Amino acid sequence: MPKPIEATNDFVVKFANTNGSGSASANELFARAILRMGVPIAVRNIFPSNIQGLPTWYEVRVSGEGWIGRRGGVDLMVAMNGQTWDKDVKEIESGGYLFYDSTKPMTASKFRSDINVVNMPLTEMANSRYDIPRDRQLLKNMIYIGAIGELLDMDHEEMVKLVGEQYAGKDRLIKPNVEALGLGRDYVREHLKGKCGLSVKRSDKVGDKIFIAGNDAAALGAVYGGATVAAWYPITPSTSVAEAFAAHCKRLRVDPETKKSLYAIIQSEDELSAIGSVIGAAWNGARAFTATSGPGISLMQEFLGLAYSAEIPAVIFDIQRGGPSTGMPTRTQQSDLTLCAYSSHGDTKHVMIFPADPHEAFEFGALSFDLADRLQTPIFVMLDLDIGMNDWLVKPFKWDDTRQYDRGKVVTYEELEAGKEFWRYMDVDGDAICYRTIPGVHPTKGAYFTRGSSRNKFAKYSEEGSDYVENMTRLLRKFETAKKYVPGPVIGQAKQPTRYGAIYFGSTSAAMDEAMDALEKQGIHLDTLRIRAFPFADSIIDFINAHDQVFVIEQNRDAQMRALLVNEGAIDPARFISILHYDGTPITARFITKEISERLKAFGKPARTKVAS
Amino acid sequence: MTYLAKPKFRHPSLEKNERGFTRRDYEGSISTLCAGCGHDSISAAIIQACFELNIEPHRIAKMSGIGCSSKTPDYFLGQSHGFNSVHGRMPSVLTGANLANKNLIYLGVSGDGDSASIGLGQFVHCVRRGVNMTYITENNGVYGLTKGQFSATADRGSKSKAGGTNTDSPIDLVSMALLAGATFVGRSFSGDKPQLVPLIKAALSHSGPAFIDVISPCVAFNNHAGSTKSFDFVRDHNDAVNRLDFFEGREEIVTDYKPGTVQDVEQHDGSIIRLHKIADSYDPTNKVAAMNYLATHHEKGEVVTGLLYLDPNPKDMHQLLRTIDVPLNRLGVKDLCPGSKALETINDEYR
Repeated sequence: MPKPIEATNDFVVKFANTNGSGSASANELFARAILRMGVPIAVRNIFPSNIQGLPTWYEVRVSGEGWIGRRGGVDLMVAMNGQTWDKDVKEIESGGYLFYDSTKPMTASKFRSDINVVNMPLTEMANSRYDIPRDRQLLKNMIYIGAIGELLDMDHEEMVKLVGEQYAGKDRLIKPNVEALGLGRDYVREHLKGKCGLSVKRSDKVGDKIFIAGNDAAALGAVYGGATVAAWYPITPSTSVAEAFAAHCKRLRVDPETKKSLYAIIQSEDELSAIGSVIGAAWNGARAFTATSGPGISLMQEFLGLAYSAEIPAVIFDIQRGGPSTGMPTRTQQSDLTLCAYSSHGDTKHVMIFPADPHEAFEFGALSFDLADRLQTPIFVMLDLDIGMNDWLVKPFKWDDTRQYDRGKVVTYEELEAGKEFWRYMDVDGDAICYRTIPGVHPTKGAYFTRGSSRNKFAKYSEEGSDYVENMTRLLRKFETAKKYVPGPVIGQAKQPTRYGAIYFGSTSAAMDEAMDALEKQGIHLDTLRIRAFPFADSIIDFINAHDQVFVIEQNRDAQMRALLVNEGAIDPARFISILHYDGTPITARFITKEISERLKAFGKPARTKVAS
Repeated sequence: MTYLAKPKFRHPSLEKNERGFTRRDYEGSISTLCAGCGHDSISAAIIQACFELNIEPHRIAKMSGIGCSSKTPDYFLGQSHGFNSVHGRMPSVLTGANLANKNLIYLGVSGDGDSASIGLGQFVHCVRRGVNMTYITENNGVYGLTKGQFSATADRGSKSKAGGTNTDSPIDLVSMALLAGATFVGRSFSGDKPQLVPLIKAALSHSGPAFIDVISPCVAFNNHAGSTKSFDFVRDHNDAVNRLDFFEGREEIVTDYKPGTVQDVEQHDGSIIRLHKIADSYDPTNKVAAMNYLATHHEKGEVVTGLLYLDPNPKDMHQLLRTIDVPLNRLGVKDLCPGSKALETINDEYR
């Protein structure tokens, strides 16, 4: 028997439940209580594409150091689901803890000799205390939360306070929930004292941080960014973007006098219709967006080509999930990069931005509308299920009240009236972005015809090869111009000069920061670069050229970001080493650390011989 | 099509409407459709209707999908913004455009392939959402641009120019529109301008989803014996339920028609549609009766035309969504951005 794990503010608790059992709110209450003790946490909800009865897990990483990525491994497994028992028990770290409901005896073969078992007769306790079956189920959850809290030396009062907040307005529910918490605590005090070496100790590391899911943050970004039209079709994991937008608008965008809405949301009949309405609204001068996932982007292809070609702003939040086809609807991936970058038939290139966490989901969510108007083209905000549907502990949102919306090049009534010349597809300023008018602007000037067919710079239908080529090359130049407006990369320099670089993006960032810290402690030094947008800034290509070998860490099978770098940067593929994680779970710091250190070992060379950066 | 450019010169004595526009101000580029195409007659009817309604051309947004019919918005209302979108998907683009600015007049022009085949779903959903628009299908039962394949409105048993027989059951867009909740439904014939022009005028003045199915024979691929969408066939089988006049606003109606054959229907905006009833039993405000009438006459092989259904008090999408009176595309950062103070409060709620 290995020594039981002893850890304060640095461990992973995983709850194994069945969905529809009411466990989610109890588990979340547990997590929030830790936050209220000032200790940072990182949570991951792993759930099925189902409403009731299938396995679901909730992982709470307690990290006094504030790492918000997934660590990997489990120190305390709260095994409440018989269906997944074997798998759950297997996942526990050696020396870790297994908490289970001992109402029904388990055969000895169902345990491991290298873990510590902590059990209590939960079902029996709930059944003897409560008469109504629904109460028995729901309050059983609260009993185990009370017990786990006590095992981890948590402040019981924080949980009690949270129950009060959660059921404010439904006061009759407060008492039984608080009582259930107490039942769990008292049982541990009486029977299980000192059985667990893990503990939570009050700290001040949470500070002013907020705990929010990326979809919620992105939706708030859309409100701040001035979106007035949303058209969407329900699809996991993007649905909560539209729902959160509706909730925020209901509160922030209703005229206090007339009670009328300063926004319009339609639930479309499918994704084709959703993007069609976004394009129609944006063509007509409103800021519009849709939220979807990979299968939705697949359906939107033809319209995305139209928006690219006819140069119509649009914002698409792509909350990526496991593909292809239906794939893994409730699991995370970064596998829509190629699909979005080159959406639709013919030659296209689309702008993508990559938020790393909910904080950036808000920032980029708002920014995307400026980009769409400025560049007159679709903007993909590339989120994924991990950022989108999990609560992350991030810096609070900020807004500069002097900020104006960048509506791009729009010719006004006054300008037309003053005789300003207007040709829809003429590159007047040399940046390949042309001027547009909003329909209805002027009785006799400024009208033009929008079409997906080839046209000349006067917006007239044209099948002339030269008109077509002029237009297509201008669109390519416009993509160059986009580099000036999109968020640039974040570069991290190693403490020592190194020949090795590492490129990453999006939700990988949290685990990456931690992995770099761990590698540095092992004496492995890498410069890092976080990509925040496509087209790639020149500094991204410079970074690659300044290193002999560059790791590209991504969450898909085909190394899609690497392919884009090779393709768009005309870089020798041999310069890259791909680290790929695509089983649908969020990438972990442990995985990255192990992969990079092993690859470097395989090279048989130390990581720092020649100075290149 | 003609290759002669339209002269820019305008005769000084050209008739002007109340807004000071001549008919020419409502024209567009020269049509590239085949000589004699029914669609050009519909374009002419749209021009006439807009002229007579004194609409400022720039207050109209003309939207279309793909196909011969969808090319036509280029051939009328040259001073209006136009959007020739994606095959079968104009309804969603129009819906979005309408959401952005409730104050423009939305004219969707589509065809039977565009609306009954590839775009049937979008057509129905756009109608059921209550989008304030005039939606015209130029229905010829055939794919013109790809040279003569049957569309979904072709009748079973009708013959193609190449000699094939259509074995599929037809989709009747008028019935679909009624079922989906259109509040103005009419059918007409491209060759019947006296019926078509007032119908378009009434539809443009209707503040809800207005649908007009216009049988428009394809002179190149569907005007032969055995076709049920040819000029001859439609003229022989047309059963007009009414003829109508359209009066704007609440102006006084001078009438010399006998009561009993005339029915006035006042629309929400005060405009009046006067129906000269040919089929005495026909009541255009009764949806169930309208559907029954359509089905009965379809069985007999007759094409029912006229104003088939009208809800004089429709509710449009913006009323249903309770959007603000100012068009959404006019709102700026001051109206839309809640600012840093509100954000502080929001931050607090996530702690």
